[in-house]
Amino acid sequence: MIKIDELLKQSGGWLAPGDDNAVVISSRVRLARNLKDCAFPGWAGEEECERIWSDLLPVLRSCKSLSKPLYSGLVDMSVLDKQVLFERHLISREHANKKKGSGIVLRRDENMSVMVNEEDHLRMQAMRPGLELTTCWDKVNELDSEIEQQVRYAFSPKIGYLTACPSNVGTGMRASAMLNVPGLVLMNEINAVVKGMAKIGLAIRGLWGEGSEAAGNMFQVSNQMTLGEKEEDIAENLEQIVLEIVEHEKNARARLTETQENLIRDHVGRAVGILSEAYILSSKEALDLLSDLRLGIDMGILTSVNRRTVDYLILLTQPGHLQKIEGRKLKTKERDSVRARLVRERIRTAIKK
Amino acid sequence: MLCELCKKKEATIHLTQVLDGSVKKVHMCEECSEKSGFDAQGPTSITDILLGMGGEGGLTIGTQKSLGRSCPKCQMKLSSFKKSGRFGCPDCYDAFKDELAPLLKVMHRKDVHIGKIPSRESAMVQRSAELSSLEKELNDAVKTENYEEAARIRDRIKECKLAMKEPEDSGGDYNESTSNDKD
Ligand SMILES: [Zn+2]
Ligand SMILES: [Zn+2]
Repeated sequence: MIKIDELLKQSGGWLAPGDDNAVVISSRVRLARNLKDCAFPGWAGEEECERIWSDLLPVLRSCKSLSKPLYSGLVDMSVLDKQVLFERHLISREHANKKKGSGIVLRRDENMSVMVNEEDHLRMQAMRPGLELTTCWDKVNELDSEIEQQVRYAFSPKIGYLTACPSNVGTGMRASAMLNVPGLVLMNEINAVVKGMAKIGLAIRGLWGEGSEAAGNMFQVSNQMTLGEKEEDIAENLEQIVLEIVEHEKNARARLTETQENLIRDHVGRAVGILSEAYILSSKEALDLLSDLRLGIDMGILTSVNRRTVDYLILLTQPGHLQKIEGRKLKTKERDSVRARLVRERIRTAIKK
Repeated sequence: MLCELCKKKEATIHLTQVLDGSVKKVHMCEECSEKSGFDAQGPTSITDILLGMGGEGGLTIGTQKSLGRSCPKCQMKLSSFKKSGRFGCPDCYDAFKDELAPLLKVMHRKDVHIGKIPSRESAMVQRSAELSSLEKELNDAVKTENYEEAARIRDRIKECKLAMKEPEDSGGDYNESTSNDKD
């Protein structure tokens, strides 16, 4: 069983300490796989899904690359626990809403996880802090090769791995990187970048998909086409594009320092002020301000707080995590004040040191 | 801004999508985004938008007649795929391959898988490649009226197909019937 309280003690697969992940927060590669001769989860009955889950669980538990994983049927988890897994990018929102016959299997370090009976029978992912798309592909490829020894996948020689949705057919692979690009946003260059990425077939969205797309100046970039390209190439191409964005971001920051250093200092200073004094913080405001702190730290303006503290707060201020820390259900308004208190305490402590 | 799907609630989710080379924004409310499976794990399914669930036209799939057809394995009707954007089972790909082909082409701009192959399918993939090249040879032989050669190639095609039907390797239905159509 998955003990959520245990997970809360660690910082998650995508926020682990890393030095050079200022712009690229994390990388992720997921593969969609299905079993031959079985209806896809959305069309199969509950009974069939339950059978598939109980067939796949021992297979997954035996996989070396998951090293004695944690696992749980979704029916055995509370709504809040599922919310925490969602915020840690271990399950999708769609998966969180599933009940009987669906499950989650994850490595203890959260670097890899497998959703069983989400939209496809298997959705496995590897996650790493920083820009590590190729590593993620290698890791998830290893796991996939282990699984295919024990099950027969739905595969067509012509169009590859067959998935419930034809937008995933072929490689079944989605590579994505989470980026924090305040420089591009402040310089009003983000739209051009977003447009450019869209033009070359990449999808852009917010960090958790909820709220406005620019919350916290965080974006997810991912490949959209899954058919007709090799997995290595998908990972490498995205990595190249992300590196280009990183260049643009660094460039924007350099110009900001040159032309508007005062403005940046003001921005960061205000963020510190609000975060250490506010009594009500919405999740969007918290994310935006924490992103400003990140910028200040990376630009050497803010030295009293380290990025790990900030990154950890980004995760802890999410609704599910907040309620888990408080040990009770909280209404939106209550959450906003609990969030403010948590941020206040941690930022003040950091500054005092 | 109002949600493009229900046109009632405020749109809080904004997605950038590429459709056939042009950039398109999709705006929707949280509820609709959840309902349509626009989850935060991956990008939006472009299928939904192509099938016109994004509100702006979309691609037509199937004819009045073919919409009523169903997959022999799972019984899902094409009309049901049109609604949900999701297939019922892996065999649906074969059952609806003609209707699906243009959709795949728009979505991925390519239509042949060149990536990873499960180790137990590799023999099948090889045979299926062999089959395609044999069929091409057969075509050429018939065109040049080299009937002796054509007869020989036909025999080899038969052998190849037989090998593909062996129970341990019965994974290539999609390709198999594709080739049948060409006979
Ligand atoms: Zn709506
Ligand atoms: Zn079917």
